[in-house]
Amino acid sequence: MKTIARGGGIRPASPGWLPISLGFGTWLAACLAGLLLGPVSLPFSDAWRALFDAIPGIHVDHGLSATQVSILYEIRAPRVIMGSLVGAVLAVGGAAYQGVFRNPLADPYLLGVAAGAGLGATVGFGVGVSSGVVTILAFSGAIGAVALTYLLGRSMGNRTATALILAGVAVSAFATAIQTYLLQRNSDTLRSVYTWIFGRLTTVGWGEVGGLVPYAVVAGGLILMQRRSLDVLGVGDDEAAALGLNVNRVRWIVVLAATLATAAAVSVSGLIGFVGIIVPHTVRLMTSWSYRVIVPLSIVFGAAFLVAADLLSRTVVAPAELPIGIVTAFVGAPFFLVVLRSVGRES
Amino acid sequence: MFIKRFAVSTAFLLFVAGCSTGTGDSTTTIELTSGPAGSSTTLELPPAFPATVQVANGEVVIEAMPEAIISLSPSATENLFAVGAGTQVIAVDDQSNFPEAAPRTDLSGFTPNLESILSYEPDLVVITFDPGGLIEGLEAVDVPVLLLPSATSIADAYDEIKVLGTATGHSRSGQDLVTDMENELGLLVEEVTDQIAGTTIYHELDPTYYSVSSSSYLGELYQLLGLVNIADAADPDGFGYPQLSAEYIVDQDPDVILLADAGFGESIETLKLRPGWSGLSAILNGAVIEVDPDVSSRWTPRSLGFIRDVAEKIADQVAGG
Repeated sequence: MKTIARGGGIRPASPGWLPISLGFGTWLAACLAGLLLGPVSLPFSDAWRALFDAIPGIHVDHGLSATQVSILYEIRAPRVIMGSLVGAVLAVGGAAYQGVFRNPLADPYLLGVAAGAGLGATVGFGVGVSSGVVTILAFSGAIGAVALTYLLGRSMGNRTATALILAGVAVSAFATAIQTYLLQRNSDTLRSVYTWIFGRLTTVGWGEVGGLVPYAVVAGGLILMQRRSLDVLGVGDDEAAALGLNVNRVRWIVVLAATLATAAAVSVSGLIGFVGIIVPHTVRLMTSWSYRVIVPLSIVFGAAFLVAADLLSRTVVAPAELPIGIVTAFVGAPFFLVVLRSVGRES
Repeated sequence: MFIKRFAVSTAFLLFVAGCSTGTGDSTTTIELTSGPAGSSTTLELPPAFPATVQVANGEVVIEAMPEAIISLSPSATENLFAVGAGTQVIAVDDQSNFPEAAPRTDLSGFTPNLESILSYEPDLVVITFDPGGLIEGLEAVDVPVLLLPSATSIADAYDEIKVLGTATGHSRSGQDLVTDMENELGLLVEEVTDQIAGTTIYHELDPTYYSVSSSSYLGELYQLLGLVNIADAADPDGFGYPQLSAEYIVDQDPDVILLADAGFGESIETLKLRPGWSGLSAILNGAVIEVDPDVSSRWTPRSLGFIRDVAEKIADQVAGG
């Protein structure tokens, strides 16, 4: 990994082919592993051939049974794609927030996405609605909490990022308090709620994937387009304005895109933590501090990281499942510390 | 971990009045033993009180027959009524929805509040878990408290019934009830095991594939009937409630699916729509049995009616398939 880290004294402002292809390669490898490995062992060469068979226009004979085919295409494939989308969205959302707020610990969870989604899901489980409706409630909760944060932040008078973040902290605490109260009153829903919070890709199918794709594509595209502006924002609001940047416009485009996509992601996947912090920072420490590099690399490495984490979550204790939120924190936190230490030592 | 266990144990509840065949016998027993130790057996019976029981919070001595019992556990509530101590119960928690006669209050078993409990002036409190400080608080004001954690085996369930009998002055009745349950279970095993042994089952607790393994009370009942539980491979540590992988369930293709999450809106129709599930033999054969989440998650005499019902439905499936 270190070969990509140093470009001499001056760091390149665009990712360059090497890191991007490395990112794609890592993601592809994670996807292939995610498709070919799992609690049920599929004959490797047959599964391999079946993957080629799935490419339109190509027909390859494979010896998989109908059950094995449905495991490959209806269970593993949507999970791998969903993991990629969620990972990419969480990572790029985190990178975008860190850029917009010039705060290394910012991610969409900070403005109430996580607490709002959690509250929405808790209400859903308490009322006893189907899982599809829980998803909608979680999404509404996330959007509602961020909208409230925005209104409160504005009403505080000044338009700085600090006011918004403080409002986000207050709204999150409030939403969490209501959620805890509801849990106390309906203790029979505890297990469902906690399962949801720890994150789940266990049950996703193509339907959920289809629902998330538009959010992920639009948000990813918008943030990619603004990546140069994020670099300019890094010099400070006034300086960026003096350089001709419409600071508020950029801020709201990026925040809106990241928030909507993150809300859509967590409403199907649950509150998978850490990805939005770890992935952008790891990319930053290993390559460049420029968002022109961080944004695209966060997308591919975020996708790769979550697909790999999901593979662990269904194989480590197979045939049981480990909640993916635990895997991302358990694997991600120490990995991040190693990166921090090694980079710190070198510089 | 306790959260899962607790949620499983608290679900909800309904009782099947004494479970089919046992009603007459157990009522008689209760009448006999409601006067202290007046039975005519030749066994030498020690005086009923002070009674000493061994429970999870150690050895508890109950000085006199309790007349103001609080139960903060739905299973304990059912068991107290089943051993004949129902009239001594003054308050039960918000999840104790069986039997009808149980004096349900808004007391919580999950977030118990010492002051609210003491406001009922109890002389015995039965709990299924202590979030911290509850036992000490009750002991500080000399209220005996029985900590009876979720049963993880049939033996645990029998023990709990006997303990509750002894602690409330119905020890004979508790023991007789357990003997009845043992006999009834033995009978059921004899009747159905030949027909259903070897049938593979998947018991679904919720739509994220949490299940019960044979290391749980319910799982042990299934195991006793000779059913093969696909969740066992996922629970090497004997936790009891593993979460299964979707692909593992599809690959195992269980003969029968027991659905305890119909309350989440799950049914054979929604199972069909799950990725990869439409070809499962249980779904093709209609072998999806909805079970009551309350009765199936509690360890009470009602379990026997429940397990008989399940066994008969599976036997029908096997015969029909």
